[in-house]
Amino acid sequence: MHTEMNNVFVYIEMEGGKVADVSLELLTKGRELASTLGVKLEAVALGHNLAGLEKELAKYGADTVWVADDELFEPFRTLPHTSVMCGLIEQEKPQIALFGATPVGRDFAPRVSSALHSGLTADCTQLEIGDHKDAKSGKEYKDLLYQIRPAFGGNIIATIVNPDHRPQMATVREGVMRKEYAAQPGKGEVKTIDWKKFVKDTDLVVKIVDRQIEERKIDIKGASIIVAGGYGMGSKENFKLVHDLADVLGAEVGASRAAVDAGFTDHARQVGQTGVTVRPKLYIACGISGQIQHTAGMDQSSMVISINTDPEAPINKIADYAITGDVNEIIPKMIKYYKQNSK
Amino acid sequence: MLQNLKILVLAKQVPDTRNVGKDAMTPEGTVNRAALPAIFNPEDLNALEAALRLKDRVAGSTVHILTMGPQRAADIIRDAMFRGADGGYLLSGREFAGSDTLATSYALSCALRKISPDVIFAGRQAIDGDTAQVGPQVAEKLGLPQVTYAEEIVEIKENALIIKRRLEHGVETVECPLPAVITVNGSAAECRPRNAKRVMKYKGALAGSEIAAAPESPAAQRAAAKSYLQIVEWAPADVDPDPAQLGLQGSPTKVKKIENVVFAAKEAKRLTAADEEINSLMVELIASHTLG
Repeated sequence: MHTEMNNVFVYIEMEGGKVADVSLELLTKGRELASTLGVKLEAVALGHNLAGLEKELAKYGADTVWVADDELFEPFRTLPHTSVMCGLIEQEKPQIALFGATPVGRDFAPRVSSALHSGLTADCTQLEIGDHKDAKSGKEYKDLLYQIRPAFGGNIIATIVNPDHRPQMATVREGVMRKEYAAQPGKGEVKTIDWKKFVKDTDLVVKIVDRQIEERKIDIKGASIIVAGGYGMGSKENFKLVHDLADVLGAEVGASRAAVDAGFTDHARQVGQTGVTVRPKLYIACGISGQIQHTAGMDQSSMVISINTDPEAPINKIADYAITGDVNEIIPKMIKYYKQNSK
Repeated sequence: MLQNLKILVLAKQVPDTRNVGKDAMTPEGTVNRAALPAIFNPEDLNALEAALRLKDRVAGSTVHILTMGPQRAADIIRDAMFRGADGGYLLSGREFAGSDTLATSYALSCALRKISPDVIFAGRQAIDGDTAQVGPQVAEKLGLPQVTYAEEIVEIKENALIIKRRLEHGVETVECPLPAVITVNGSAAECRPRNAKRVMKYKGALAGSEIAAAPESPAAQRAAAKSYLQIVEWAPADVDPDPAQLGLQGSPTKVKKIENVVFAAKEAKRLTAADEEINSLMVELIASHTLG
């Protein structure tokens, strides 16, 4: 079904004329995977005005940069992107194809996987190369992509493999993988995609009538201090305490999924597997139990303080300071003593 | 004028992942749904509302639910009927067990070919997997255009819909011809509540296997006598699939390993709510320039 020496593809997403961070993060990971496998790392960029793009991508290790440069591809539309990606994959037969778990990646990667009948694992938190033996048939596979992700509300970590179909496809959220220049830059050799042979007339049926760009007002990704509230805050009214502490400390407000689901605050503040991933220097978790679904998005914080009535709460396993007690008592005290001690 | 739309909503009954117990996984690594409370997937309710609003605006339209799952998944079809749906289809059979998203969308697409709706709605994603894959995968299998993250249908044209969709950094309005697959975002309008009159009318609705389980019971006889109380139930053979593409064997992705979550042990400094402890913590954080 597949031959060896097949390369690693990374889909390059453009965001306002720039390469999206998630694509550079995927190149960094893709470089590592390609080196382990002894194959090439190939970037695939579909957009408009892409000249010079290869220089940046090469720094992150891209050996090849496939380009389809036409106004047809910007702004993004599902069907032309799907057809070109499917066509190129059938032509080049990569063994792995990685996409950002962004609105764009999550829109068209499933279509690509459906058209090619290859599996797709969403929102991976780790990608590794390893061997696999099928329990039933006993058949052995070398060098598969382990697609590792929390599942089922974060209560388990599942390792998914795709033994018999190619490419092995996965999406990864922004901020989950590290972004780093490659030790050895790639060649960044530009190859033009002969996209006209892949795009069909019927790919143009959906028309964009209007686009309004609104910058997301809440953006907690870059915050150096985050005060986050969980279901343990009790109510929307009480969640205000989290804002009070954040205001005093000059921090951003984050939240667990349970707090967002309960309507205490906006989804834009959600930290974790289905929210944003943050790496602040200080993370104060108020009334958050610490399911992996949440901790996956904050466990790389330099310092974690947890406030929880339950001394056995899982969050305490990753906390530097675990304060056992009631948020209603402790948060006001933190505000009081912070004010007293800072000039 | 556009009229008589056949509207279909893809919906899923999901385990309430907020209440997961230890017995939730089978040894094969798939979900043991029977051990968990089951709910109507939240964004599928947004999709149902979008469908019902479209029905309200286009004369002569109908809304049906299609769900794949065990017999008890008929509960969400009944729930949808209480809220305004006209009926539903339950796709059920052991052959579907262990399906990944691709095998699921294949099975659904076989059923959809039989139904041939004009508009297909689905929730953006289900809370048990959060993959957001099945909607686009179904669209691809049927060769239909898709609109994801839909928030509102702003205009109905002759054989096309103008749809507002939510992007990461804004909103986009698109014109999409029908038939099409539309996945609805959680930020769209909430689903209308159950209607008391409809609950009275449809609470006796039963799927085929529910009637067959106790054919002599008064409930089964009532449902058998009234077509509006019959939920269509299809076994795999009823939707003419390629059996090789169903269930575990039709799923390219395999679960290699499942680990229960174990947190890395690291000793936390333990504090209480006592004033002097909170005070010295704040002093320490300020001194180390972590704060301020």
